[in-house]
Formats: sequence, structure tokens, C-alpha cells
Amino acid sequence: MIGIDWYLALSALLFTIGVLGVLIRRNAIVIFMCIEMMLNSVNLALISFSAYHGDVTGQILVFFSLSVAAAEAVVGLAIIIAIYRNNLSVDITKVNLLRW
Amino acid sequence: METYIFVTLAVLAIASALGMVLSKSTINSALFLVINLVTLSGVYLLLQAQFLALIQILVYAGAIMVLFLFVIMLLNIDQEESLFDKFRIKYLAAFLLSAVIFAQILYSLGGVADMLPEISTEMIHVGTVEALGDVLYTDYLFVFEMTAILLTAAVVGALMIAQYKVKNTGDTE
Repeated sequence: MIGIDWYLALSALLFTIGVLGVLIRRNAIVIFMCIEMMLNSVNLALISFSAYHGDVTGQILVFFSLSVAAAEAVVGLAIIIAIYRNNLSVDITKVNLLRW
Repeated sequence: METYIFVTLAVLAIASALGMVLSKSTINSALFLVINLVTLSGVYLLLQAQFLALIQILVYAGAIMVLFLFVIMLLNIDQEESLFDKFRIKYLAAFLLSAVIFAQILYSLGGVADMLPEISTEMIHVGTVEALGDVLYTDYLFVFEMTAILLTAAVVGALMIAQYKVKNTGDTE
């Protein structure tokens, strides 16, 4: 079995790519997909700790995180549809109703 | 052998993540994310988490990504205008900020990565359906039921938000 630090490094790298995507993209749907990927990288860290500690609790937490991610995807995509209906765009620089 | 599989999966995951962030077409981003999720499920299998690897493919790569693709095709989003045309300062700042975040994560993980207990090889096999279900339906039963309530509330809320027009008939009052 290879060391846990490889899994943790992969998780940190995927999280960082997700952060980079949230910062540089303007398409709301792509930003949302980057958030999903960040959730996934945290899941990877939880599972690797769970496997290397021999404790199943981390995987239970990942299970709940998956269901929360599903709920979040449904509500977030509904919000994106509502924004598109008002603005005819999913470009987040054009969503300026609450901006001063 | 395990190292080769891990390196292959990790390279695929990172490449598909970068492809998702950098590709101009939204559809391509979604398909790159599918590749990323499937390779992560392979990494879960390397970590002996069989149940979560299956759930990852079923829920994420199946249900959630179908929802994403459905919304992308429903809204008929045209391609984003070129990504690196202007705001070069902004991209530089974003890159530096994510480098700082990466360093912070590595620093915080480096403190705990070597504090592992000594475990036997049988204890590594904790990710079977039997082991997870045993804990899930005893210790975490209440949280499991709360998840059902959360999913119901999410479905009702999504229908409320995405509805075209809320009818104000007013005869219920």
C-alpha cells in the first residue's frame, strides 16, 4: 500500500484546481461544476484517512456529503435556471442586482 | 503495481480537472468532469472503499451529471467568449491566490499525515457494504433520516425556484 501523502497531495491539487476554476471562470455552470469537484477532493481526503485509520466513520461522512452534494446540485441548478430566465445569460459578471 | 495504477489515475484526474477549468465549451467541461469523477472512483477502489466507488459512479457520474447536461442543453448556452483575452492581472492574482491556498492545505495536511495508528491489514478493508451499513443503520440512523428530509426539502425548493410563474390565485386564503 502506498503512503497516504500521495492521496492527500492529489486531493489538495484537485481542490486547488477547483479554487482556480471558481476564480477565473465567468460561466455560472462551470463554477458550479468546480464546486462539485472541490467537494469530491475533500471526499477523497476523508476516504484516505478512513482507510489508513481503519475506521469506517470517515466513509459514513462521505456518504452524507454525497447526499448533501446531490441536494445542492438540484437547488443550485434551479437557481441558475431562474437567473437565466431573468438575465438571458449565465455570465456571473452580468448578475448585478445585489451589487453596488 | 498499485503505484502504477495510482499514478495513472492521478494523472488522468488532474488532466481532466484542468481540461474542465480551461475548456471553452460548457458541454466539454461537463464531460471532463465525468472523466474526473470516474477516475476518482477508481482511486476509491484503490483505498478499498468499494461501496463509495459504486455510489460515486451512480450518483455523481450518473444522476448529477445528467442533471448538469440537461440544464446546459436546456439553456442553450453559447460558448464563453475567449477566456484569456483581457484582465491578465486578474488571472495572475487568481493563480497566486490558489497557490497560497495549495500551500496552506499542504501545510495543514503535513501535520497530520504522519500521525497514523498502526493497523492490521484486515482493518484496511472497512469499505464494504456490510461494514458501512452496519454503522449507518445503528449509530447514524437519526442522521440518515435527516438526509431524507433534506432531499425532500431540496426537491420541493428546486421546484419552487425553477417554476415559471407562481400563480397568485389567492383562493386558499
